[in-house]
Amino acid sequence: MAHPVQSEAEVLSRSTEGGYHRLVLRAPEAAPRVRPGHFATLAVGGPNSALLLRRAFSIHRADVEAGTVELVIAERGEGTRELARARPGDRLDLIAPLGTPFPLPDGPVSALLVADGYGGAPLFGLGEEIRRRGGQVGFILGAATADRLFGVEQARALTQDVLVVTEDGSAGLQGRVTDPLAQAVKAIDATVVHACGPMPMLREVSAIALGLGARCHTSVEEAMACGVGICMTCVLPVVGEDGVSRFVRSCTDGPVFDGARVRWDDIGTVPPDLEGAAAMGVRS
Amino acid sequence: MDPQEIDLTVPFGPLTLPNPLTTASGCAGYGRELAKFVPLDELGSVTTKTIMPYARSGLATPRMAETPSGMLNAIGLQGPGVAAFVRHELPWLAERGARVLVSVAGERLEEYAEVAEQLNGQPGVIGLELNISCPNVADRGQVFACNPATSYDVVRAVREVTDAALPVYAKLSPDVTSITEIAAACVSAGADGLSMINTSLGMAIDLDTLRPALAGGTGGLSGPAVRPIAVRCVHQVYAAMAAGRIPEVPIIGMGGIRTGRDALEFALAGAGGLAVGTTLFNDPAAPLRILDELRSELAARGFAKFTDVVGLAHRTPSR
Repeated sequence: MAHPVQSEAEVLSRSTEGGYHRLVLRAPEAAPRVRPGHFATLAVGGPNSALLLRRAFSIHRADVEAGTVELVIAERGEGTRELARARPGDRLDLIAPLGTPFPLPDGPVSALLVADGYGGAPLFGLGEEIRRRGGQVGFILGAATADRLFGVEQARALTQDVLVVTEDGSAGLQGRVTDPLAQAVKAIDATVVHACGPMPMLREVSAIALGLGARCHTSVEEAMACGVGICMTCVLPVVGEDGVSRFVRSCTDGPVFDGARVRWDDIGTVPPDLEGAAAMGVRS
Repeated sequence: MDPQEIDLTVPFGPLTLPNPLTTASGCAGYGRELAKFVPLDELGSVTTKTIMPYARSGLATPRMAETPSGMLNAIGLQGPGVAAFVRHELPWLAERGARVLVSVAGERLEEYAEVAEQLNGQPGVIGLELNISCPNVADRGQVFACNPATSYDVVRAVREVTDAALPVYAKLSPDVTSITEIAAACVSAGADGLSMINTSLGMAIDLDTLRPALAGGTGGLSGPAVRPIAVRCVHQVYAAMAAGRIPEVPIIGMGGIRTGRDALEFALAGAGGLAVGTTLFNDPAAPLRILDELRSELAARGFAKFTDVVGLAHRTPSR
């Protein structure tokens, strides 16, 4: 896990992209530590805010020279609405970087990067790293509607292999990111798939990628209270190196997990063979 | 008065701690993650997440819901069990100079004693806190701390097998008819101190799924939302001690402490120890800030020693 830094980060700029807000924050200590797949949290409101829980966002990119960290925010509730209203000059309580980032290849690989909506924010920096190592990337970027797509132009700047998919057909192909997935893996000979998005999508992406013999690294979205590993609310069942399944934290062990190790079908349950399930009275 | 010269030291069993602050059980894991934000040896003590005899997976997700000035949690005491804790976590804590208050629980009486016995003589351990009041256990609503007789039995069993030099605290639930009755039972069973309060049982319903927001249905409410309830509990029990109805033992107060002012409020009610819980999720660096603020609040009122204000609300005449 990263060594996070907590700071009062000045908002340098805010812009909108589709239905999202991009916040550039001054965070000179955090920026050099950021790797693709890390996330950050922001506190909402001041020290007397009634919204106690920090909001988590994947880090879109970090600029070491400028000492900045860029987050993408979607308005989903009261807290994110307030953060999306931040103006240049405001200061936000930032903790970054957090979590375990995407593993980077040692050499040239062909990788397919798959995202639903703004969940794909960390994939563009990842694509750059893979390219820098002599590899090639392709993208499948999906969303419910055209205005919920994120980063299509950034993806096109990296590669011509960009597929856009919307559920209502308002941009690109009509359907879901999983529809063209198998074909796309074969088309670019991908040996690894990196995916960001909601659990049901990650579960399907994993199944398809693994079925084709590719590795699959998934960045999960799970509700967190703290983001730093102390509250134990963001757990999911994952098979360990020793073959034993445990509830592990998305915030420290993840958010990036090997898709082959996550027990997707058991999320939201206590499977009977989980370590410590018997103590909960769960038996097979 | 210079805030830096305020004496925050407090007695704890045979020890003197540098300050009254600790972490509330379940809000700081076993210290590793918090140590990235707060040097653990600068806290008076570190209270661990609850340890049970065996590994326990905890409940299914969702385990958490945000509520006004608070949150509900239903973790269900996830943990690796006492053997793994002693092997992997305690030595690490001890190396960092942390003074460790180990939170202990069991499903049955004997399990509390089983865990306690394994903590005797372990490095870094300065005391035990018996979690007899977690609302997220199988037999909900029937926690040990809801009944004076079962509270008595647990404290008694643990006190018998625990090193005499290790204070044993009992952590009480606010969800009882009379908290002073439970407190009295714990102290008469040999509790060296009381921790107040654990979370209060609550529920939130998700308006999208039309079901309870937590997989476990109910959860424990914590954060500033419960602070007035916690202050009331501490005040009531301290008053009973001052009136001679319960032998006097120290109280660790907790429930929504977010600032030095909150800490002072608990101290005035009668808490000689102070635990920071849910606030750590909002601001993991809060403990040192709260200590600084507490020094300033004491200095501004002309108090040179923290211990001078403990229980002072009971001795201050009304005007």
